[in-house]
Amino acid sequence: MVLASDIEVAQNIGFIIIALAMVFAAVGVIASRNVVHAALSLVIVMAGAAAQYVLLAAEFVAVTQVLVYIGAVMVLFLFGVMLTRAKLGKDVDLNNNNAIIAAPVALLLFGVLAFVLLKGFSDDKLPTDSKPQSTQTISDLIFKPYLLPFWALSFVLLAAVIGAIVLARKD
Amino acid sequence: MLVNQFLILGALLFCMGVYGVLTRKNAVMVLMSIELILNSVNINLLAFDRLNGSSDGNVFALYVIAIAAAEVGVGLAMVLLIYRNRKNISLDDLSEMKG
Repeated sequence: MVLASDIEVAQNIGFIIIALAMVFAAVGVIASRNVVHAALSLVIVMAGAAAQYVLLAAEFVAVTQVLVYIGAVMVLFLFGVMLTRAKLGKDVDLNNNNAIIAAPVALLLFGVLAFVLLKGFSDDKLPTDSKPQSTQTISDLIFKPYLLPFWALSFVLLAAVIGAIVLARKD
Repeated sequence: MLVNQFLILGALLFCMGVYGVLTRKNAVMVLMSIELILNSVNINLLAFDRLNGSSDGNVFALYVIAIAAAEVGVGLAMVLLIYRNRKNISLDDLSEMKG
C-alpha cells in the first residue's frame, strides 16, 4: 500500500510547478530576441534553482544562490548589456547559423543523458527523513577537509578581481 | 521524490545551455547560457548530496557558485574590452586566430 507520505504529494507539486517555470524561462534565455528579456528570464531560472535547492534541503546554498546570482551576477549581466549598447528592443542579429548543428547536438546530448539517468537511477527515492543541512556542518566541511580547495578558490577570486580590473580599465 | 526528477531537470537545463552557447552570437548571451549550464550542475550536485545523506555536495555547490562569479567578472571584462576595441561583441567576427 502506498501512503501519501511516501510519494510526498506537496513536494512533487511544488517541484513540477518550479521545474516548468524554470524550463520555460530557460527557453526564454536561449531563444529570446531581446537581450534584456533573456537576462530577466535568467533571473527566473536562478530563482527556480534556489527553490529547488530548498526542496533538496540545502538552505545555505539556496540563500547563497539568491545573494550571489540574483543579487550580484545579474547586475553584472545587466551592466554588460547596457555598457555594450546592445539594442534594447528586438534584435534580429543575435543568433548565428549554427542552429542546424546545435539542435541535434543538444537533443542527442539530452537523449543520452536521460537514457543513462533513467537506466541508472530508475526508481531511487530521495530519503524522506533528511534534515536541512545546517550551516555549521557545511562550514565544518569547508574549513576542515576541503580547506585546500577553499584556499585555491580564494586565489582564483583574487586573480579574477585583478584580471577584471586590468582588462577593463582605460589606460 | 525520485532523485531522477532533479537529475533530468538538470540534464534538460544543461542541454539548453549547450544549445545557447552554440547558437548565440552576442558574447553576453553566451555567458548567460554558461550560467544555465553551471546552475544545472549545481542542481545535480545537491540532488546526489541529498540522495547520499552527506553534506559534501553543498560545499562543492558553493565552490561552483564562487567560480561562476569569478568567471562572469572576467568574462564581462573581456567582453567590454572587445567592445571598446571593435564596437561590437559579435563572436562570429572574432576570427583573427583562425589559421
